[in-house]
Amino acid sequence: MSGMSIKKRKKMKGSRVVLYLALIVGALISLVPFYWLIRSAFMNMLEIYILPPLWWSREPSFDNFKTVFFADIPFFSYFLNTIKIVIPVVFGTVVSSSVAAYGFARFDFPFKQGWFAICISSMLIPGAVTLIPGFLIWKRVNAINTYWPLILPCFFGGGAFNIFLFRQFFMTIPRDLDEAATLDGAGPLRIYWQILLPLLKPVCITVMLFTFMGTWNDFFGPMLYLYDMEKYTVALGLQLFSSSYGSDYGAVMAGALVMTIPTILIFFVGQKYFVQGIVTGSVKG
Amino acid sequence: MGQTRTKALKKKRRWDHNAKVGFALVTPAILGFMLFCAVPIAYSAYLSFTDWNVFKAPNFVGFKNYIKIFTSDYLFKESIKATFSFAFGSTVCSTVYAFLLALLLSRRVRGISIYRTIFYLPSIVPSVAMCVLWSWLYNKDFGLFNTLLGMVGIPKQSFLAGQSTVIPSLIFMAMWSCGNTMIIYLAGIQGVPDSLREVVRIDGGSYRHELIYVIIPMVSPVIFFNVLMGLIGSFQAFNQAFMMTGGGPNNKSLFYSYYLYSVAFQQNKMGYACALGWVMFLIMILFTAIFFKTFTRHIFFEGSES
Repeated sequence: MSGMSIKKRKKMKGSRVVLYLALIVGALISLVPFYWLIRSAFMNMLEIYILPPLWWSREPSFDNFKTVFFADIPFFSYFLNTIKIVIPVVFGTVVSSSVAAYGFARFDFPFKQGWFAICISSMLIPGAVTLIPGFLIWKRVNAINTYWPLILPCFFGGGAFNIFLFRQFFMTIPRDLDEAATLDGAGPLRIYWQILLPLLKPVCITVMLFTFMGTWNDFFGPMLYLYDMEKYTVALGLQLFSSSYGSDYGAVMAGALVMTIPTILIFFVGQKYFVQGIVTGSVKG
Repeated sequence: MGQTRTKALKKKRRWDHNAKVGFALVTPAILGFMLFCAVPIAYSAYLSFTDWNVFKAPNFVGFKNYIKIFTSDYLFKESIKATFSFAFGSTVCSTVYAFLLALLLSRRVRGISIYRTIFYLPSIVPSVAMCVLWSWLYNKDFGLFNTLLGMVGIPKQSFLAGQSTVIPSLIFMAMWSCGNTMIIYLAGIQGVPDSLREVVRIDGGSYRHELIYVIIPMVSPVIFFNVLMGLIGSFQAFNQAFMMTGGGPNNKSLFYSYYLYSVAFQQNKMGYACALGWVMFLIMILFTAIFFKTFTRHIFFEGSES
């Protein structure tokens, strides 16, 4: 300590101050839009349009949220609709991608590497190429305006990225475990279900969280395939809401807040898995 | 004779019970690829050579769609301009911003995990909610940004409604939600061995030297990968154009995906839209190849991996 000159100590203190300042500026940039979202959601139509703008409502109320849930655009049923899609999608994605990864990681069959490469290559195809024919095929089988186009694909592979992720983790588990279980008379499905999957719980949770987020936030899919207002998801509902309540920004912000809250809750519950998933997905990939 | 027998045996062994189980397990994924990828690709390739417009049967027109795209489609040019400027701008700005945030988070400071959560929070906001929120933030008279600018004496900006401001505004919005990239960079920075940074310190180097000579070179493969992913992702941006700008003003935010969508589903020119999709795919492949060629030489790869 005594070896350190006063000048150097001062300099270190200075850099600490700069560091904290930068952290606070970054935090403000991240948080201020949230503040504006919440502030507007609690304002009535008159307060929204006061100049200069108010920083907080003079009489904050939940009226906007009442509009969101109980006015002519039934957000509540959009929540239910979205859940009706989210649950099978999350289930189908986890089961189907982990089963495929199990097959690729643990079994040998002719042309395995080729099949794997084919399955993974679908990651590289931009949506723009498959979009129109995909739509036309669903139209041909009369599945437009149903949830099938949004749900069924998840049961066939569950996405190239997830197969890849699961396979990476399957390969970290020693094969001795499978062999021991085989000697004890367990079949492949039992090994998958009772031995390997419990060991992969963290990956399962990661995939489930990302799938939930992706489905909850998806706008393009539902917009393409759902026509009837009663079938809308929250994302579509919010878009409809913002175009029909365009000038009532308080209500629109309340709607945006309502749509965002579940994702924030899920994030706080599974923060650890999120970070893990983002990092393994990018660094190992 | 003997040779054919061993061959047959070998083949039999390869298709033994174990192999059949394995193949059965991956069958759904393979079927999924066929149904939702291979068939649509083939169908799309076929349609791109027709004039199909939903109402009457498709006629084969050869390369007419492709020729039209490159020679006489004014909106195609506009959309390429808008898409590229957004893709490059948002990728570069988000990369720099995410890297700076990650550097801040890599310092040992009390309460750092709270800052990490706060910096990540914007990325959790659903895209539709984000578009709605930022349209309001950018509102000319009652929005947050003009209120803040007014406080420091800067005149009102038209943001999304201005020809020169619409792309920068969308880029700023993209920067705001760069949390995923930030987390990846943070992991990369934390993975840099302390011993290497120690060497710089012993030689009397400052943090700046650590950054330039150790951290950035070590993290460069991660940056490379994420810049490429960012470009590919932002090249396909759709929601902002659909929800916030409608492609305007004066086509300045006519993103490629949005243009393709409007050609297909508002003008019903399915054949032409498929051709547009293929052009986009080809541009992306070409672009990725150039990107790899240009940058892989400057990237530091640890060991023989990646």
